[in-house]
Parts: sequence; structure tokens; C-alpha cells
Amino acid sequence: MIAIISLTALGVALGLGLGLAARFLRVEQDDGLASEIEAMLPGSQCGQCGFPGCGPAAAALASGSAPVTLCPPGGSALVRQLADKLGVKAQTSGMKESVPMLAVVEEALCIGCTKCFRVCPTDAIVGAPKQIHNVLREACTGCGKCVDVCPTMAVSMMPMPVTLQSWVWHKPAPAVAPAVAA
Amino acid sequence: MSHISHAPHAHAPTSISRVMWLVIAALVPATLFSIWLNGWPALLLWLVTVGSAVFAEFFCLRLAQRPAAPVLADGSAVLTGWLLALSLPAWAPWWIGALGAIFAVVVVKQVFGGLGQNLFNPAMAARVMLLIAFPVELTTWVQPAPLFSADALSLSQSFALTFLGQMPSSFAALSGATTLGHIKTELTRDISVTQALAAHGQSMSASLFGLHGGSLGETAALLLAAGGLALIALRVITWHIPLAVLAGVALPALLLHANDPARYLDVTTHLLSGGLILGAFFIATDPVTSPGSPRGQLIFGFSVGLLTWLIRTYGGYPEAVAFAVILMNALTPVIDRYVRPRIYGHASKAASKKGAAS
Amino acid sequence: MVRWGVHPDARKQAASPQDIERLPLPAMLHIPLLQHSGAPAKPVVSVGQHVLKGELLGARQGNISAPVHAPTSGTVVAISDYPAPHPSGLGVLSISLEPDGEDRWIELTETDPFSLTPAQIAERVAAAGVVGMGGATFPSSVKMLLGKRSQVHTLLVNGSECEPYLSCDDRLMRERAAKIVEGIRIVLHAVGATKALCGIENNKPAAIEAMRHAAADFAAIEVIALPTRYPMGSDRQLIHVLTGQEVPSDGRSADVGVLVHNVGTLYAIQQAVRFGRPLISRVVTVAGGAVARPRNLDVLIGTPARLLVEHCGGLREPPARLLMGGPMMGLQLPSLDAPIIKGSSGILALGAHEIAQEQPSPCIRCGQCVSACPMNLMPFEMSAHIRIGDLDAVQGIKDCISCGSCSYVCPAHIPLSHYFDYAKGELTARERGKMRQESIRQLTSARKERLEREAREKAEAAARRKAERERAKAATAKEATS
Ligand code: SF4
Ligand code: SF4
Ligand code: SF4
Ligand code: SF4
Repeated sequence: MIAIISLTALGVALGLGLGLAARFLRVEQDDGLASEIEAMLPGSQCGQCGFPGCGPAAAALASGSAPVTLCPPGGSALVRQLADKLGVKAQTSGMKESVPMLAVVEEALCIGCTKCFRVCPTDAIVGAPKQIHNVLREACTGCGKCVDVCPTMAVSMMPMPVTLQSWVWHKPAPAVAPAVAA
Repeated sequence: MSHISHAPHAHAPTSISRVMWLVIAALVPATLFSIWLNGWPALLLWLVTVGSAVFAEFFCLRLAQRPAAPVLADGSAVLTGWLLALSLPAWAPWWIGALGAIFAVVVVKQVFGGLGQNLFNPAMAARVMLLIAFPVELTTWVQPAPLFSADALSLSQSFALTFLGQMPSSFAALSGATTLGHIKTELTRDISVTQALAAHGQSMSASLFGLHGGSLGETAALLLAAGGLALIALRVITWHIPLAVLAGVALPALLLHANDPARYLDVTTHLLSGGLILGAFFIATDPVTSPGSPRGQLIFGFSVGLLTWLIRTYGGYPEAVAFAVILMNALTPVIDRYVRPRIYGHASKAASKKGAAS
Repeated sequence: MVRWGVHPDARKQAASPQDIERLPLPAMLHIPLLQHSGAPAKPVVSVGQHVLKGELLGARQGNISAPVHAPTSGTVVAISDYPAPHPSGLGVLSISLEPDGEDRWIELTETDPFSLTPAQIAERVAAAGVVGMGGATFPSSVKMLLGKRSQVHTLLVNGSECEPYLSCDDRLMRERAAKIVEGIRIVLHAVGATKALCGIENNKPAAIEAMRHAAADFAAIEVIALPTRYPMGSDRQLIHVLTGQEVPSDGRSADVGVLVHNVGTLYAIQQAVRFGRPLISRVVTVAGGAVARPRNLDVLIGTPARLLVEHCGGLREPPARLLMGGPMMGLQLPSLDAPIIKGSSGILALGAHEIAQEQPSPCIRCGQCVSACPMNLMPFEMSAHIRIGDLDAVQGIKDCISCGSCSYVCPAHIPLSHYFDYAKGELTARERGKMRQESIRQLTSARKERLEREAREKAEAAARRKAERERAKAATAKEATS
């Protein structure tokens, strides 16, 4: 009993101490942070985050006014890096893990106008004028810019297909949840 | 997705309930013997304690709105109650058993999150709580009065004793201390261990067969050891903790007794009294509250033994096993954190850290 | 002394007394182009093309890859996705071959293996598409070259076959011991090793006897009876038991001077090097409580699993689980349509009483998993971290060999090895994500450069044109004035 109480007390004291330390020892953030963060972002200026580009998004992240989960092309890997950088807790579990998307060109509809090719921030679309265009799976960030510019609506987004090589085991269902009493 | 099953597709014929019920089965012979030895009051106390533990578990599960039947069937509540019952004085009043069992299940186990989550061994935590809160009831021992013997209490007398606290007048004279308690008292009066032991009229064979005063289950050392060995043979527990506990007590006892027999008790008396066998085989081996790795288990067991010896020899409480177990329970997470097996292919501790970090 | 491991019920008695039997030619074969670890093979045939037995269907591409060959003569009828023998049931690019019934080989010539140089042997093994047949399916030639380069001194022959039910290696050793022994000598010759230790679990006395007999004339080959314990057949455990050495965590077996090959692989190597026969068939154990007459079958790669089971008398009860491989590490098959591949050691149809079905309950920290783990990990702690999503705190996940011993013994029926495979997949996905991000950044900057370059070129071109125009203008002006 005494042991329980003393352990609890110890835990509470340590927890408080850590909390206070985190509050007072927080490193003052310098202006370099924003540019450092910008270097971490994909840099494709795709605007999926709702900011006009990666620079403004980085500034918002540095000032703490944007969540670390803002960048869809970055995926959960970027979330974790950002969380580490900013010293916040990565809320990957809460983040609705957006399925990575991929642009596909419907060959029958493509007229080879090269509009999509010109807007793609990562040069993920290959093709020449008057020829059918194609999307490179490895390079497409799923930003969807090409979809909007295609005059014949030949481009559409679809979830990145799972292949034998990218397939992974799902997380096992948890055991019978431990009782939470009192 | 979840209809895909991951390997292995076969499983060893084991389950938590099998483990629990096997441990219980190993306790049965010693329990029956104790009940015979201590008469009807022992049976009543045992019933009340086990019943209270099961009821408390049921109540908690209900409160948490979880189905009770499967969890109760795993036998862990029965085992907790059973172990507690075995560690109580046979003639303790009913409410001691009930209170202890409820405390063990509700406060020590369920509040921590149920089976597998508790830091402390529920039965021993309850026993320590009882000892601190009700020292008188917990240290009143009687000389055994076996069932069907001339001295034995009748069933109705037993009811009166256990539930109403009425000690039959003829029995006052039979009250006696346990071996260790007796020696503790005598030592404070400057009587040497040897004299005290002789005066206590305690023979070794009596200890072996449990024919002496003590708690319900502290008395039948041989039967308990047999049950424990059976569990080792069935691979329900491993040999590490029991052996280490016994060694932890025996080594210092051996050394110091050889040095000064008048001050220090001998090994055999140490091993056979005070519920050490019960503790070594059934309580310290509680999986939930002991370390997971073999090396951690050796350290844990030896420390329990050593602490037991220390508390018995220098501390205030003669019945030291419970304290030793609780203290080491608190250290179990630390042991598990630092004492881990060396991972195959890792040269040293530093290497394994590197593997974890990468 | 071996402290790790578990003793699953072997259940080999049904299939192990049965001689290897050849499965009749199926009506259709589906040969996946990815049957090995590494890059998939690239199809080199076209639909409608007639091929001979042993003809190349898919060529290896990349350093770690293996070719696939026609298991019999016939016509290529499709090159398309076909369900892989994998729990996901995902499609994998496969070549569907309709046998013509003649089973006509390409031209083969017999060569004396010992007249070849090590490089030639490795090339033959590579060209024959031999991969590890114990299940790891790593291209054997790559392993041999690596062994040669790191000057291994000992070849360990893995005949342990520690998975329950399976007896294909057992039968192979009993029936084709001489060929396996020649395979051993070929590999010794090819990598320059001086000694071969052949480990066989002591529950296969006939195989030990046969191998001892076949190896009697070769002093370099020693057959050793191993204690029966799962996972004895895992490379790292076998190495430790046979040589007393541990492979460093981030190293390979070659680092401790040994090379491990499974007996099935050695047989395939012998066939490839002596006769030039590519790996187009293998021995498969068909067993499990739901199978009417368990057997060992010699099967062409690409044969649908259903035909094997039908040949064994079909199912006598609805199977509770279909597996490719053994029950400890095998993969669940969504259906029996999946084809046999190079790494398929068994097709099991288990009855309801044979499989683990209990629901997991909370961990009681009993430490059984710790004692069972052959890698000395602490599975209960690892799974606890993974369960709450704290993958960074998991110690030793990279060392876990997914053997399943921990899950097998856990009284709480916690799917420990499933947790570890999930965590490994998640960590790999993270790694991939990071690499992807990196490549996207590179692509973006490449594009920026391209745009700048184009703009510059355009500007230069414009400037040039302007200059020319100016010159032309000046010239005409001069002409006009003159
Ligand atoms: S979605 Fe379209 S524009 Fe965006 S990266 Fe992919 S191909 Fe390029
Ligand atoms: S914008 Fe549409 S039509 Fe134009 S090239 Fe791209 S896909 Fe073809
Ligand atoms: S075997 Fe299962 S119950 Fe025991 S410690 Fe390991 S995970 Fe927990
Ligand atoms: S932790 Fe990994 S290596 Fe250890 S027993 Fe489990 S699956 Fe096997």
C-alpha cells in the first residue's frame, strides 16, 4: 500500500517536473526554422495543403498555426519528420491516412495537347505534342493539377494500386480490451 | 482483410485458463491437508476468501460492462483468492478473508486494468494490507487441531468462530505462535535461537509434514513443494524463480548460521517455515508481476529470497515473504527494462541499442 | 545446448512414408514472373508462341532476380495478372501455358560439373533460375557468388525440415541422396569451400541413413543428426547449432565463413549444372487433416494447387485453412487456384481441430515467448509497443525472423509474429515514403532547372533571332541607301 502510494506520488512528481521542464526549456524558435522546414517539404508547390505554396506552408508550420499533417504528398513519413523537428506529438493515428493517389490518363480521350505535362510540378507526365501522355507512377505526387487542366477530361485520380511488393500485413485486432475500472 | 490469418496456424495446447487451473490443481493437495489439519474453520475461511475474490471480479467486470463469464473462467480470480486464503491464519474471522480478497481483486488488480496489468501480486498486496491494518487478527495462530481428532472443533463451533468471532473457551490454551514468530519474540528477550527452538518443541519432521501452527498453506511444505515441482515438470512455471528464491534464503542462512548458530536460524528451519515454499513456487512465480526473461527471473527470485531472509532476521515482521514479493514486484519493470537476453547476433548491450535505434 | 525453440506436433507420419509421385500433366499452367525475392522476370515470349520444355519464358532483370522457364512444351495463351499464391490474393504478372501433351525438352547436353570454372557454374545456376527452395527463394547464384567472394570455408546443408507436416525434403534425401551429394560437391567446388556439414533433424533416421550412405566416399561431407526442434531450419539457428557461431545482426552467413543451402536447392543445382535443366518442377508435400490421402508429389511449377489436392483423393472435410508452406510460417491461400511456385514446399488443407482459433486475451507476462524466441528477443514487450503504435520503441524488430515460435507458445494466444510482420511492413512503408519524398524533391528541382534552362534557351534563341533580324534589317537598309 505504502509502495503504491509512494510510487504514484513519484510518478506524479516526475510527470509534473517533465511538463514544467518542457514548458520552460523550450528552445526559442528562430527564423531559420521556416526555411529548414521548407527544405523538408516536397517543394512541388502543389497547394494541396491550402497554402499558396510550400514556403507559406513552412512559415505556418514554424509558427505553429498549421498542423504537421498538412501535406498530403508528404505522407505519414513527412508527418513524423515534421513532428520530430517541431517537438510535437505526431497525430498519425488521428490523421485520416489519406490513401496516396495517382493520376491516370485515359488513352482514348487524350489528344496530346501537353497541358497536363506543363502543369505537373514533378514532371510526372511524359509525352510529346500530339501524342498520348502517360503518368510515371513513381513521380506522381497525386496533386491533381493535371486533372483540372485537361480539356478532354482524360486525366483522373485513382488510389495508388497495391502490388505484391507493396502489400503489408494489417495490424492485428487488439486483445479483449482491458477493463478500465473507476 | 482481417479474414487472412497470419502464421503460425498451429498452436501449442495451452491457454491462460489452462495455466491458472493447473496452478490451482497443484495447490489442491496442500490445501486439503491444511483443511484437515486446521479443521472446519479453515474450510470456512477458504470458502469465504475464494468466493469473495470471484464475486469481486464479477462485480468489476459488470461495472466495466464486460462479459463476465469468459474472464471468470480463466481462473485468475479463484487463484488470487486461493493464494490469499492459504496465506491467512486458519482461524481468522471471515471478514479478514473477504476484505482481503476484495482488496486484492478490486484495488490491486482491476484498478490497474485487470489481468496482466497489475504491478503487484494481488494476494500478497492484500496480505500486507491486512497485516498492517489488522495486526492482531493476522498474528493469532492456533496449534493445529486436525479434523476428527479429539480437540477438533465441531462444525457449529467453527461457524461461531469464523463468522461470529467466538473462540471456544477450551481453546484459548491452544493458541500458539508460528516457529518464526516465536523465535522473533524470544530473541527480543535475549533467548538464543537454539534454546527458543528447543522450547518451541518444533521438530523438523513436524515442519516437513506441516504439523505445526501457521497459516492455512504455510504448513504443508512437502505437499506444496511437490505441487510446485509438478508445475515445473508441466512447464507451467520455470525453475528459475523458485530455485532463486530458495537460494536467496538458504545462502545467507547457511553462512551466518555456521558463523553464529545462537543468533541465526539454520537453513532448514528457514526453508520450511513462514510460507517460503508457497512463496517460492506459487507466489513469486506469478507471471504478471515477475520479470519475463530467465535472467531477470533469477535476479528477481534471488532478491525475493534475500529480502525475505533480511526481513526475517533484522526486520519487524516474521512473516517476510509477502513484503519481499511486494518490494520486488515494484522493481520488476526496472528489471525487465535492463535485464534482457542478449539478442542473437548482437555482440553487446551497445549493439542491441543500435539495432533498436536504427 | 539449445534453449530456444518449440516442439510443435510433427504430424509428418501421414505423408513421409509415401514415395515421391509424379503429378500428371495439367491442362493449364500459370507461371508467375515473380517467384523469388528481388525484381520480377521480364517476359520474353509472346501470346500464341509455342515453347519447348525448359525454354526461357521470362528473363532476369537486375542484379537480384531469376528467370522462369517453360515447365513443359506448349503454347503461351496469356501474359496477364493471375492470383499469386499469397494471402492477399493479389494478381501477379504470369504466363499461362497450355501444354501440348508432348512434354518435349529443349536440347540439353550433359557436362561434367567439375570441369567448369566457379564462374561458369554460377552462370549455369543463374540461367536455370535456381532459387532457395526452403521458402526464402533468394537467387542461389547470387548467394554462391557472394560466398565465393567472401571465401566461405563451410557449406551447411539444410535438411532439417523442422516445419510440421512437411516431408518433401525428407523424401528427396531418401530417394535422391546421390544427386544431392553431387550438388553439395558442385557448390563446394564453385565457392572453394573445403567442408560440408549436412544437418538433418533426428526424427528422419531414414534420410540421415541415405545421406550418410551417399556421402560415404566423400570425406569433406559430414552428415549430422540434429535435435528435433523448431525453427532448426532457420539459417541463423542452423549455423549456430552446427558451427557454434552467431551471424552478426547486420551481417550475412558469409561473414562467419559459411554458406547455407537447402537440400532441395542443391538437387536443383545439380540438375542445372550437370544436365542444364532449369528449375521447372519441385517436390511438394500435400497434407493436412482435410486431405484424403496425403502424399509427396513431383509437380511442375505453375500447376494450380487444386490439382495436387485432387490427386491426393480430394478433401474429405471442408478445410478450415488452406496453406502454402508449413503451419508455422506458411501463408494462407485464399483459394486453391493459386499456382505452385519454386518456393512452395507444401500445400496443406488443415481441419478445424488442427488450427489455432482462440481469441487473444491480455498478456500475462509469463515469459514463455521469451524462452521460445530463437533470436533471444522479448516478444511480449515488442508487441506491447507495437499495439500502442510506438514502433520506435520496439527493440530488435529487425532481428525477428518471423518464425512464429512466440505466437505458438503464448497462452494468451496473442498473434505476436503477426504484430512483428505488421511492424516490419509499416517500417518498410515509412522507409519507402521517405525515399519517395526525396525523389519528389529531386524531381521538382529538376523541373525547376528544366524550366529555367528552357526559358534561357528561349531567351537566347529570341535574342539570336532578334540580332539576325536586326542584321537583316541593317543590311536591307544599307542596300536601300546604297
Ligand atoms: S497529379 Fe498530375 S500534376 Fe500532380 S504530380 Fe501527378 S501527374 Fe503531376
Ligand atoms: S491534358 Fe489531357 S489531353 Fe492534354 S495531353 Fe494531358 S491527358 Fe492528353
Ligand atoms: S507468451 Fe504471451 S502471455 Fe506470455 S509473456 Fe509472451 S505475450 Fe505475454
Ligand atoms: S520474436 Fe520473432 S524471432 Fe522471436 S520467436 Fe517471435 S517470430 Fe520468432
